[in-house]
Amino acid sequence: MVLEAPNILLASMASQLQERIDSKQINNPAMVGIHTGGVWVASALHQLLAIKEPLGTLDISFYRDDFSRIGISPEVKPSKLPFSIDDRHIILVDDVLYTGRTIRAALNELFDYGRPASITLATLIVRSGRELPISADVTGTQLSLDSTQQIKLKGPEPLSFEIVELTDS
Amino acid sequence: MKQQHLQLDHNKRLRHFLTTEGLKRDLLVEILDTAESFTSITNQQIKKVPLLRGKTVVNLFFEASTRTRTTFELAAKRLSADVLNINVSASAASKGETLLDTLRNLEAMHCDMFVVRHPNSGAAHFIAEHCAPHISVLNAGDGRHAHPTQAMIDMFTIRRHKHEFHNLSVAIVGDILHSRVARSQIHALSTLGVPDIRVIGPRTLIPADASTLGVHVYNDLDQGLDGVDVIIMLRLQRERMSSALLPSEHEYFRLYGLTKEKLALAKADVIVMHPGPINRGVEMDSAVADGEHSVILQQVSHGISIRMAVMSMTMSPKGTSQSERDA
Repeated sequence: MVLEAPNILLASMASQLQERIDSKQINNPAMVGIHTGGVWVASALHQLLAIKEPLGTLDISFYRDDFSRIGISPEVKPSKLPFSIDDRHIILVDDVLYTGRTIRAALNELFDYGRPASITLATLIVRSGRELPISADVTGTQLSLDSTQQIKLKGPEPLSFEIVELTDS
Repeated sequence: MKQQHLQLDHNKRLRHFLTTEGLKRDLLVEILDTAESFTSITNQQIKKVPLLRGKTVVNLFFEASTRTRTTFELAAKRLSADVLNINVSASAASKGETLLDTLRNLEAMHCDMFVVRHPNSGAAHFIAEHCAPHISVLNAGDGRHAHPTQAMIDMFTIRRHKHEFHNLSVAIVGDILHSRVARSQIHALSTLGVPDIRVIGPRTLIPADASTLGVHVYNDLDQGLDGVDVIIMLRLQRERMSSALLPSEHEYFRLYGLTKEKLALAKADVIVMHPGPINRGVEMDSAVADGEHSVILQQVSHGISIRMAVMSMTMSPKGTSQSERDA
């Protein structure tokens, strides 16, 4: 499978987002990246779109739906939202949209910080395998993958990704 | 060794939190890092995360406490757990029920965690040994033995101000003999790599085996405070003193009370801590307790984050390995 270079995808996402911001007449949007890959993608987009508010970051570990199965991650980081969420147009950014569970957790966490005016979801890669009714508004690329395949993202600079086969060990 | 095995599951994850003694540095750092993540919850409008939704935490207090019990309660509530506060000295025990019967009753109510404070050393271990396998036990202070969450609060406060442990001089001042806090602090400080741990107090309030813990013992406050980065003042535990170990509180303050003059002997950026409650004019002057070097109220705030960290770590499902978590 031939994958386009992430910087081409990022440029395409930035222009889609700009179009959306213009057409919806969104004033002063704020961007939030989801740890870890989503923050890498978000910092690139944040720069491309020259967003004034500093970038927010979310670690959704405390909002995951599988605590009772896997427990707390030892690598959890603090969430940082250096602006008020209330009545704000939020651009939520992640690297890969897969089952939709991460986005569900991120939405719940965002709403514990306030009531945004709107949330736009932008993900670098949308892959098959959704388990929840969640879809991205802005996408870099779409991939159709088997459940045995996983996308490995490397970053932050340069951003790259590869498809790996999960092996039963 | 038995204590360590009791605290960890077969994947060396925290299962109960009974003592800082014998725990590896990685695990202590993991507690501090996890607590650091929980501090951001205070910025939320809704100061709650859903981690322990549907779990029931029992504060089982056989000894009076306000600060410890309320911060454990707040920590559990911020994790969305339900909390029961049971003041045992005032209830069943006085009617003759044994500790094991009290436990069996709470287990029958489908509780998931016991936070235990008890006047006898070893009580939390005893409960951890005898409770049902799905229950986690946190030691909120047992006799003179251990108070591990308080020690981790103090490590967290030190790390926030000093960032590293390997270059610090830390002085613990006062009633070391009766202090479970001091014992837990000494184990944590030494595991985290603090090279110079000093205990300062009158001979009658320093345990005979202090030097075997790897600390430097001082009976003179001026000598002990010379050039330290951190001063931890301890409360004079009158209620645990069975005999006349001190001439008077006034005399104690004159020799071991922390005043501005004494504070000047430490480093210029020294921080002053106290686990509370403070006896003003006995352990320290009000000018120091409320002064610019004091981080005593920060310790209280940190108490909630540390307790959230330990609760969520011990309530993680038993026996999951690192690789399962990464998947």
